[in-house]
Amino acid sequence: MATLSVCQPQLGGFSFENCKRNAVLEAEVTKLGCNVPSARKTGTTICGVVFKDGIVLGADTRATEGMIVADKNCSKIHYISPNIYCCGAGTAADTEMTTQIISSNLELHSLSTSRLPRVATANRMLKQMLFRYQGHIGAALVLGGVDCNGPHLYSIYPHGSTDKLPYVTMGSGSLAAMAVFEDRYKQDMEEEDAKRLVRDAIAAGIFNDLGSGSNIDLCVITKGRVDYLRPHDMANKKGVRSQRLIRPVYAYKQGTTGVLTKSVIKLDLEVVEETVQTMDTS
Amino acid sequence: MITGLLFCSVPVTGMGQQVGAYGVQDTLRSGFSSVKNELLPSHALELSEKNFQLNQDKMNFSNLRNIQGLHAPLKLQMEYRAARQIQRLPFLQSSHLALDTLKGNDESISFEDILNDPSQSEMVGEPHIMMEYKLGLM
Repeated sequence: MATLSVCQPQLGGFSFENCKRNAVLEAEVTKLGCNVPSARKTGTTICGVVFKDGIVLGADTRATEGMIVADKNCSKIHYISPNIYCCGAGTAADTEMTTQIISSNLELHSLSTSRLPRVATANRMLKQMLFRYQGHIGAALVLGGVDCNGPHLYSIYPHGSTDKLPYVTMGSGSLAAMAVFEDRYKQDMEEEDAKRLVRDAIAAGIFNDLGSGSNIDLCVITKGRVDYLRPHDMANKKGVRSQRLIRPVYAYKQGTTGVLTKSVIKLDLEVVEETVQTMDTS
Repeated sequence: MITGLLFCSVPVTGMGQQVGAYGVQDTLRSGFSSVKNELLPSHALELSEKNFQLNQDKMNFSNLRNIQGLHAPLKLQMEYRAARQIQRLPFLQSSHLALDTLKGNDESISFEDILNDPSQSEMVGEPHIMMEYKLGLM
């Protein structure tokens, strides 16, 4: 926000006014030895596979902020249109906003053409937008859906390149998931096999990569039906604390300590004095 | 994202200073200037975003000219020029409805519609200065 006089009306969109100030602040802060706050990333495992009748998309549910888990159960499979869903890896805000903008654009487009949107349309819109911002928007996406031409699966990288493939993985756990795919992928699988394959691939990412964890979400898209299974599999269940939540009971069960001997001594007490004191209840 | 000067070390001509009367930098209206601030863009995308719409239009019009002949871009540009004149004075919010419909912006949403909405901006331009700037009297 400049304090000089404004001669022209402001335009919308990204504003780069504070970039120089931010660069100076960052230099000052690193000189003092502190860290600039970092954006929340999803450090993810996401993957997708094409099977006989449609697409299965899978994702883990952990969001990280540096070395800390920021969200134990975040949703990484985003809605684009009734027949198209998109998994997002990278900076969490970027994937969220990008998929929402493309979903709105696709809705307007489909209202204007009166047809169900195609996956290739969503792919082209996403790649043109990501290329326009030259990779500064950190969103790596797996886009899948079923349209009039059958099931399609695309992977979209932050700089705007896309690949159309039968099975794709993205994110920090992509190598672990791709190993499972390369071993067990077959063309024209059945739905249950495809779901099991995606679940195993995401589990490989969860257990072998620090940036992925918690549960496994699946999304099965076929012609005319979408199953959004959240959570499909709770791979990392948290332990349950004791029953009472307000004041937990630290008592031991009866019989924990063995009883060796037991002796009862009866105490003989005699009444010495008995007095009655009245309470003043006025 | 590292937005340091690593990416912006090539001086660029689009970041020129505001030149006032007599060809000298106008300190009253645009403040103090330094050569470093003027020449180097503060972000790699700054220049590309400033001219994005213009470049897209140029590309589209030249494609149109190659495909359909000179009349097509000429007619369209005439319509754009007519639609651009339908607006309020510069310091008021105009809806640009005709221009948006011609350009196809009424059927798409992008960051221009979500971020930094001009109708919600915290600064109000001074009416007299903006009118003088628009009429070229400044």
